[in-house]
Amino acid sequence: MAVWFTRSGNVARHLKRNMGFLGKLNHSFLGFHQRNSSLVSPIDESYRNAVVVLNNAMALFSVRCSESTLAEAQRDSRYDEHENQILDFPGGQVTFTSEMRFISESPEKRTKCYQVLDDNGRPILGTSFQPLSKEFAVRMYSNMVTLQTMDTIFYEAQRQGRISFYVTSNGEEAINIASAAALTFDDVVLPQYREPGVLLWRGFTLQEFANQCFGNKGDNGKGRQMPIHYGSKKLNYFTVSSTIATQLPQAVGAAYSLKMDSKDACVITYFGDGGTSEGDFHAALNFAAVMGAPVIFICRNNGWAISTPTSEQFRSDGIVVRGQAYGVRSIRVDGNDALAVYTAVQTAREMAISEHRPILIEALTYRVGHHSTSDDSTKYRPVDEIEHWRMARDPVTRFRKWVEWNGWWSDEDESELRSSARKQILHAIQVAEKVEKPPLSDLFTDVYDHLPSNLLEQERLLRETIKRHPQDYPPEVPM
Amino acid sequence: MATCLKRLRRFASIGRKGQEYSTTCDEPPKLQKSGKTVNLFTAINQALRIALETDPRAYVFGEDVSFGGVFRCTTGLVEQFGRNRVFNTPLCEQGIVGFGIGLAAMGNRAIAEIQFADYIYPAFDQLVNEAAKFRYRSGNQFNCGGLTIRSPYGAVGHGGHYHSQSPEAFFCHVPGLKVVIPRSPNQAKGLLLASIRDPNPVIFFEPKWLYRLAVEEVPEHDYMLPLSQAEVICHGNDITLVGWGAQLSIMEQACIDAEKDGISCELIDLKTLIPWDKETVEASVRKTGRLLVSHEAPVTGGFGAEISASIAERCFLRLEAPVARVCGLDTPFPLVFEPFFMPTKNKILDAIKATVNY
Repeated sequence: MAVWFTRSGNVARHLKRNMGFLGKLNHSFLGFHQRNSSLVSPIDESYRNAVVVLNNAMALFSVRCSESTLAEAQRDSRYDEHENQILDFPGGQVTFTSEMRFISESPEKRTKCYQVLDDNGRPILGTSFQPLSKEFAVRMYSNMVTLQTMDTIFYEAQRQGRISFYVTSNGEEAINIASAAALTFDDVVLPQYREPGVLLWRGFTLQEFANQCFGNKGDNGKGRQMPIHYGSKKLNYFTVSSTIATQLPQAVGAAYSLKMDSKDACVITYFGDGGTSEGDFHAALNFAAVMGAPVIFICRNNGWAISTPTSEQFRSDGIVVRGQAYGVRSIRVDGNDALAVYTAVQTAREMAISEHRPILIEALTYRVGHHSTSDDSTKYRPVDEIEHWRMARDPVTRFRKWVEWNGWWSDEDESELRSSARKQILHAIQVAEKVEKPPLSDLFTDVYDHLPSNLLEQERLLRETIKRHPQDYPPEVPM
Repeated sequence: MATCLKRLRRFASIGRKGQEYSTTCDEPPKLQKSGKTVNLFTAINQALRIALETDPRAYVFGEDVSFGGVFRCTTGLVEQFGRNRVFNTPLCEQGIVGFGIGLAAMGNRAIAEIQFADYIYPAFDQLVNEAAKFRYRSGNQFNCGGLTIRSPYGAVGHGGHYHSQSPEAFFCHVPGLKVVIPRSPNQAKGLLLASIRDPNPVIFFEPKWLYRLAVEEVPEHDYMLPLSQAEVICHGNDITLVGWGAQLSIMEQACIDAEKDGISCELIDLKTLIPWDKETVEASVRKTGRLLVSHEAPVTGGFGAEISASIAERCFLRLEAPVARVCGLDTPFPLVFEPFFMPTKNKILDAIKATVNY
């Protein structure tokens, strides 16, 4: 014990020399303690030495000493408001431990995943979920089928060269539709690019989808962006941009606005497993927690970021565990279970709005389709893995089973819906193909709110060039 | 010419020790309404106060803005407008700008501060790929025109690599953004209010060197100065000089010295770098036949290159000499070597003479 004290005395002297401020702190604490020794009990020689050691170690170092006396001192210190000032760090009080233990890099058990329906569409015993009316459930299911059909046909249209590009949401129909169904139309949506189902739910027509993909004059975006970059002010759905995760901090700003305006609405923003590696993800969750922004962060963890599996994307237990690191309440749900997604999003919405807080939802799922029409995922994953998820784990089929089990859906309804959806989509494509493109002037407008002089000049020069060399330019764009 | 010279002598002290400062030779009538004599950060503070007063949906945020900001531009704002409208953000520029875009997209005026222009780069993606394209890509359904980014830029005498940069050129290359740089307290207040209220995302670079050193009368009322309009500060016939921000006061001194050698200089403050007022510069060069551009940022790829190329295209036959650029060197901004790096008055003067004697 004596040897130990000597050593720590040397340490203290060294520290005093080199840490001026802390040295002063030591003095003042010691002085204070001596003045107020009556507050400390019971005082005997070894105890006083222990306290001196504690002082000299600047209270920053874990002190291994006679456990009974020092523990007593610590316990007394912790509960005594004044004496504890030094033991509080910015951020609050911390309890000290003499045991040096690292937090494991991974939890013993992975975070559990909330599920309502089993693979056969039966509610799991004891599970709680938000009940749905027949109309609502059928509407949800119809939208899932329409989304699935739309994806199939548009994908084919790209293959036929009728549109330049397409991105399917195969396997993620439950996330798309069920999350949308749990919101109101006042809730603001900031998508990534695999969430057209949210637009579909809100009433974006098949014709509007087709118009954007063909970039014709019916496109809200005036033909400026690639297919699937939808946007609708009317439906509160911010325009898609290809950049990953950039929507996340924007969602926080938008949510802050809703909070300031005391709106009964939240923001919902979507991203994939890959998107969580971007700095914007970190920025957004941190800002959201600090600002108390009513935003729901939904991660579609579908296992793949183009060809990169999650094992090469992160080492954490998925995304859900990251929430707590930022002070964000989080939940993991089965993304292929429409009822689980619906219930979780609805609950998250209530929390976000009433408590002014962000919520993180990790929806586990599988990207059945390729990343896009520019990708062939059989190059980097086994075909039977894809087929397994397409057939045995299809979220649409699973929800259908539940709807049928309730007596709300039949085979006839099914075939009628599918053929009707198919017809409408094909028709929409045929129409969109023939609609003329936006006029040339739309190349120059909306860069700013007004056309600046440089663009006026460039438009003038361009039109002269077009007159001289019309063959260089596509005839579908009206002058 | 003599009147112009007299005005220059009266107003063009560099203000190293906080002297009376103004580069305006011709005061526009409305700004002659007298106000208190204040420095640049106070003028900025006034503008922010007015912005917050006149629009209940205006917000001011960034690192350390609550206590007043590292340059005191935001002093007293949180006390007056509350912590919901004036607040600190976490230390994350991409978050600050992303958050600002979202706030602006909902119809608010988001006035974000980036503590030093040297730290704006993490937000480059949000500025270039998102803010600049927000209106265009949505077909004008959405816009983030309410976004204004304020950031101190430029040399300060001892700033080194990371407290001295002038990154304006990066942003001048991005259609959809506006870049505005004031030269004085008077100008700063009017231009900042105009930038905040302009329905396009604006990056407002404030010359940090002038925060305390530039002092002039600034009207206390709410006023705006037009964007994308260059101002001829001094009229002359022999050579046109174009600059912005703190560099203008250096150029002004060079003009005074050049006058002694019988060279009459026309000095133009560009004020808005994009979209920039080509017409005013062109009209001046048509008169003088010579152009010199000066900026602190490194010469290669600096905004002077754009001005030079544009004027060469428009005024080639009128030009008596090549366009001169007196700018920073193509190095990171050095500490001990700052006086060598900077485009000084004498470098400019030498270039004026060389151009005139070409």
